[in-house]
Amino acid sequence: MADQQLFLDGVSIALNGRVLLAVSHRVEVGEVLTVMGPSGSGKSTLLAYIGGFLDRAFSATGKVFSGAEELTVLPAEERHAGILFQDPLLFPHMSVGGNLLFAIPPSIKGRAARSALVQEALEGVGLAGAASRDPDTLSGGQKARVALARVLLSAPRMLLLDEPFSKLDAELRSQMRELVFAKARTSRLPVVLVTHDEADAEAAGGPVIRVGQ
Amino acid sequence: MCFMLPRLGPPLAIAVLAGPILFGLAGTILPAFGYLPALGETDFTLAHVEKLAVQPGIVMSGLISLAAGLVTTAVSLGMVMLFVAGWAGTRIFSRIQHLVSPLLSVPHAAAAFGLAFLIAPSGMIARIASPWLTGWERPPDLLIVNDPIGLSMMAGLIVKEIPFLLLIALAALPQVDLLRTRALAASLGYGRIAGFLHGVWPPLYRQMRLAVFAVVAFATSVVDVAAILGPTTPAPLAVRLVGWMNDPELSMRFFASAGALLQLCVTAAALLIWIALERLGAAMLRRLRRSGLRFRRDAWLRRAAIAAMVAVAITVLAGLAALAIWSFAGLWQFPGALPETFTAKTWMKTAPRLAAPLSVTLIVAALSTALAIALTLLCLMRENETGRIAGRRALLFLYLPLLVPQAAFLFGLQLLFVFTGGVASLPALVLAHLTFVMPYVFLSLSDPWRAYDRRYEAIAAGLGKSRSATLLRVRLPMLSRAILVAAAVGFAVSVGQYLPTVLIGAGRLETITTEAVALASGGNRRVIGVYAFLQMLLPAAGFAVATLVPALVFRNRRAMRV
Repeated sequence: MADQQLFLDGVSIALNGRVLLAVSHRVEVGEVLTVMGPSGSGKSTLLAYIGGFLDRAFSATGKVFSGAEELTVLPAEERHAGILFQDPLLFPHMSVGGNLLFAIPPSIKGRAARSALVQEALEGVGLAGAASRDPDTLSGGQKARVALARVLLSAPRMLLLDEPFSKLDAELRSQMRELVFAKARTSRLPVVLVTHDEADAEAAGGPVIRVGQ
Repeated sequence: MCFMLPRLGPPLAIAVLAGPILFGLAGTILPAFGYLPALGETDFTLAHVEKLAVQPGIVMSGLISLAAGLVTTAVSLGMVMLFVAGWAGTRIFSRIQHLVSPLLSVPHAAAAFGLAFLIAPSGMIARIASPWLTGWERPPDLLIVNDPIGLSMMAGLIVKEIPFLLLIALAALPQVDLLRTRALAASLGYGRIAGFLHGVWPPLYRQMRLAVFAVVAFATSVVDVAAILGPTTPAPLAVRLVGWMNDPELSMRFFASAGALLQLCVTAAALLIWIALERLGAAMLRRLRRSGLRFRRDAWLRRAAIAAMVAVAITVLAGLAALAIWSFAGLWQFPGALPETFTAKTWMKTAPRLAAPLSVTLIVAALSTALAIALTLLCLMRENETGRIAGRRALLFLYLPLLVPQAAFLFGLQLLFVFTGGVASLPALVLAHLTFVMPYVFLSLSDPWRAYDRRYEAIAAGLGKSRSATLLRVRLPMLSRAILVAAAVGFAVSVGQYLPTVLIGAGRLETITTEAVALASGGNRRVIGVYAFLQMLLPAAGFAVATLVPALVFRNRRAMRV
């Protein structure tokens, strides 16, 4: 499902009649669109709108396409919009491997095939052998990498990043940025990054939209 | 899974909460004025009300009920207020909170029996103090339990209402900025309790108000505690009512209905007086604020508050211990502090008779709890769908079964079941219990449900998971501990229900609680010990399961611990 550009067609989000942001943009495969804005500017609502879980308090218009398919008519679970938040939000009741297995689409059948994918994904983020671990025993950086592996395993159409680096310390942050952007390029995904950190926008290297200023 | 279901949640919940009350009140009030077509009576008359008015001791019965409601509420609320004022946020507070909270699950009847076993003339306290202190060689001839003005009954209610009000206060505390208000008041030179009363108490009390009203309503109309500890000449109104209601003479229904109507009026009067007291209290607080008095030397009051709290916990726990000892007691003469011999004979002799009521207790509690959990989950899922959380009106519905005195509407409800052939049937009993289990389950589950981080659901949806898969594999497992605790609360509430079981079970469906209360007048302490101990054991077992199962299932999941 990857390899499709993301098209934001006249998307506009308002709260109580006040327009928070208006975006029209084509995000190419492997490209990162950065949405910059101070906290409280409503920039995260763009990701919620694309992903299909916008709070009812907001009103939004405009369409979102993945390739030729309109996403905005689909329920959230059929949009395949992989999202990373500030917190890794690993499911606390599952093991690390359980989190990853949960993400693998059911079309991939057979226990062996699925757990091979898990192993591969863990190796890909430098966590080989962590499948049976309790997610809560991982370090912050390790959790972030598992979250990344999880979202990539779900065969998403795009990557939505909601300030995913802001809670990491400086060194980890730049490592994680490189890892995420590299993975998005090799997986040929369009990426929308929401942040208030100029360094994120610089590292992303793509077009920047500024809101709430 | 069908996702139309959550839409049905709120209307079903309202039907469960309000339906029995509406039908029940109609079935009580109309016969009180002589209208009962099923018995061929369709002429309205005041004869039954007049007959009630000349009933000996009726005024006294009503006054005792009224006083019990007001005194119980004032004392327990006052103690909780002072305790929270003096100690909230400290280490000792959380320790005592952990000591007192489990008492909530002890059924009222078991706590009342425990207290009776402590304070009776031949009770534990007298035994421990005799003969070296009192000089008593035999139990003194004192009317302590069943005292004529109901002091021991009020004490029994107070020790049970304090854990309830404390829990309600704790649930409301996060919504008031206690620690900073305390620091601010202290910087102005106010004592801790005075600062709390001026800064924190008004908004805190506003949050607790419905629960306080529920205590007033409960204490004015309680039957089981009153039957065990209350006065007998005359008995509190609700106890006499149940006697009339159980009269096999059909024409007594009119008279009993008139009595239930009086109960409704007594509870309403108590609530009105309470509201007047609220006004008075608020006015006094305002005056005090204007005076600028600091009340800096309140250490003695704070210590008294903590001592009172500990005393409450010890009283209930010692009472339960007394129940256990009696159930295993062989020969035990006064004033021996302990039995001369211990034996399992009472348990063995009682065991065959326990099977039937025990199975009814378990089945009814399990079914009503399961239904309440399902309904609550549907309502909460509906909240997420609509994006609106239940407001004040919904809260009023939740508290409705706790605000209308049980005796006033269950009798009418029984009538409905009698004429539809449902009386003494298991489904009717489950339904009646559900009405009282539902509020507690909802109140206990709604906070953790609402506090859930919904970004987990966004992530699961982004991973391509359907809503039902997200619910079943992510949200419910993550909330499993909260759900099990809510279930344990519901189970405990059902086990403790006395009046709904007596009236809707119509004496043919007995539970451990109805059997225990029925033993009260007999006075066989060993057998009472067995029943009351078992009554306390069931909720405790429920909470043990709710704690142990998640601890075991998630033993390797650190973030799933509390």
